[in-house]
Amino acid sequence: MTDTVAQPAVADAKAAPDTMAWDSGLRRLMMIYLPLGCFVLILLFPFYWMAITSFKPNAELMNYKEHNPFWISSPTLAHIKHLLFDTAYPRWLWTTMMVAIGSTTLSLIASTLAAYAIERLRFRGSPYVGLGIYMAYLVPPSILFIPLATVVVQFGLFDSPLALILVYPTFLVPFCTWLLIGYFKSIPYELEECALVDGATRLQILRRITLPLAVPGLISAGIFSFTLSWNEFIYALAFIQSGANKTVPVAILTELVTGDVYQWGALMAGSLLGSLPVAIFYSLFVDYYVSSLTGAVKE
Amino acid sequence: MSVTTLSSPAFVHRQQSWLVRLFDYKPFLIVMCLAPAIGLLGVFLTYPLGLGIWLAFTDTTIGRKGVYVGLENFQYLLTDSLWWNAVFYSVVYTGIATFGKFALGFWLALLLNNHFPFKSLLRAIILLPWIVPTVLSALAFWWIYDPQFSIISYLLVDVLHWRSTNIDFLGSPWPARFSLIAANIWRGIPFVAISLLAGLQTISPSLYEAAMLDGASAWQRFRYITFPMMMPILAIVMTFSIIFTFTDFQLVYAITRGGPGNSTHLLATLAFQRGIAGGELGEGAAIAVSMIPFLVFATLFSYFGLARRKWQQGESND
Repeated sequence: MTDTVAQPAVADAKAAPDTMAWDSGLRRLMMIYLPLGCFVLILLFPFYWMAITSFKPNAELMNYKEHNPFWISSPTLAHIKHLLFDTAYPRWLWTTMMVAIGSTTLSLIASTLAAYAIERLRFRGSPYVGLGIYMAYLVPPSILFIPLATVVVQFGLFDSPLALILVYPTFLVPFCTWLLIGYFKSIPYELEECALVDGATRLQILRRITLPLAVPGLISAGIFSFTLSWNEFIYALAFIQSGANKTVPVAILTELVTGDVYQWGALMAGSLLGSLPVAIFYSLFVDYYVSSLTGAVKE
Repeated sequence: MSVTTLSSPAFVHRQQSWLVRLFDYKPFLIVMCLAPAIGLLGVFLTYPLGLGIWLAFTDTTIGRKGVYVGLENFQYLLTDSLWWNAVFYSVVYTGIATFGKFALGFWLALLLNNHFPFKSLLRAIILLPWIVPTVLSALAFWWIYDPQFSIISYLLVDVLHWRSTNIDFLGSPWPARFSLIAANIWRGIPFVAISLLAGLQTISPSLYEAAMLDGASAWQRFRYITFPMMMPILAIVMTFSIIFTFTDFQLVYAITRGGPGNSTHLLATLAFQRGIAGGELGEGAAIAVSMIPFLVFATLFSYFGLARRKWQQGESND
């Protein structure tokens, strides 16, 4: 190693003690920062493109010769205004929000109780019940939506957001139960034994001891469920017909895509607004997302 | 709760009402706790799964109760070139997209496993494609793939001058197929990278130190430490990825709806087109059921991946 290359390596080693000694600055730049930069650029570009399209006037959207497509010369709120005042977009947002909150609440209640029964009440066959619920996670919605559509019709729930609230737990409950079993496992059983000795009932133990300790797990499961229900598409597409009851992802695709000339500005504005709630939610709870994602995989 | 009827606080269990005692009776409590989850899954998952398999053997259409027709639906599918087309594309789509996601995702995970400033911020940003509703990012891709105003074409033609004409991303079969695969890889990288990063962080640094003392090269350390240690988590993540890529619906439905000329139909979009849009519930169900053998295969793959973990870490480790 020459001195010129060794110099940055020393500085680097100071910044991060774990860095391997022979990692020189230039090598680090080429092997780590350059590829990372490319990854970030490619992963984020569609969002940049979505955002910039939402604020571009139509004249700029369709004219790359005179306007640099990567920038906006005269930003406009016309697309967002069109979306909010000329379409049922606020209504769709509201429906989506209600469906996501409803199904998240339902699945949280169901999976907390189930996880508690499987992990803490321990009965013969409880591991098998846990495994059964886990297997339910492996059944993809794509093979269920046709028979589910007939079930929904039988129940008289076709075209009602209530159908979605009841159906979404099929993929939320397995995930949440699995996540919460992991969290309950990490709570010392001795705490519950103490409470039992003191004469608390099992439900009191669940409410006053186990649940407060499992709050991080509940938050993880909750935000995850919210995101998954917000993003769900195929059930919402198959079970909802009237324009007013549609969720945002379905409505944008079926109500805003009209004719042969696509309103790209409005479409991208709709996508941006539809992504914002989950993105904001996500930015508030990043650590929970990462821990639930990795926790569920490691389990 | 019936606390109001009690003369003393509920903690004094001798005076609890019969309701409280019932809820403290363990078998009853187990049934009550499992009832909501099992009930929901039973009614909206297990029953439809069985019903779907039954529907596949009937000629049900929307509005008409079908009769049992045996294997007729499946026999028809075997002669249907569109179904074969969808099977072919589903396999190609899953194969290439899974390979791409894991190659790039693993690389990204290895990159993220280094020390650098703003690491957690970067990790947060990278998960964005996975958080945002797929259909909405698919719409962005649709716009990026626009025949006239594609930004990629603009880059290649007007900025870099590598091509003289715009790329027709979605107008002909093979470009459309690969465009969809690229969008799927884009969406799948974050999940794979973050999951694998969690796995990487569990590998003890002492293994690398020992290997380095023995003079192992970077490639050898990857090949003989990182890769084998990542095998179990790789197997699980890959199973999930394969299952959900094979049964993917949103991306294709949003970007091409199976076109051009039905060349980009996956089994799920074909099932939707026949079953819901076309009203042939029986046939649609048969197409959906034909995905099951592939999924069983993927699950077995996961099982053996898990079994391998036990073998690696010793019997007692669970």
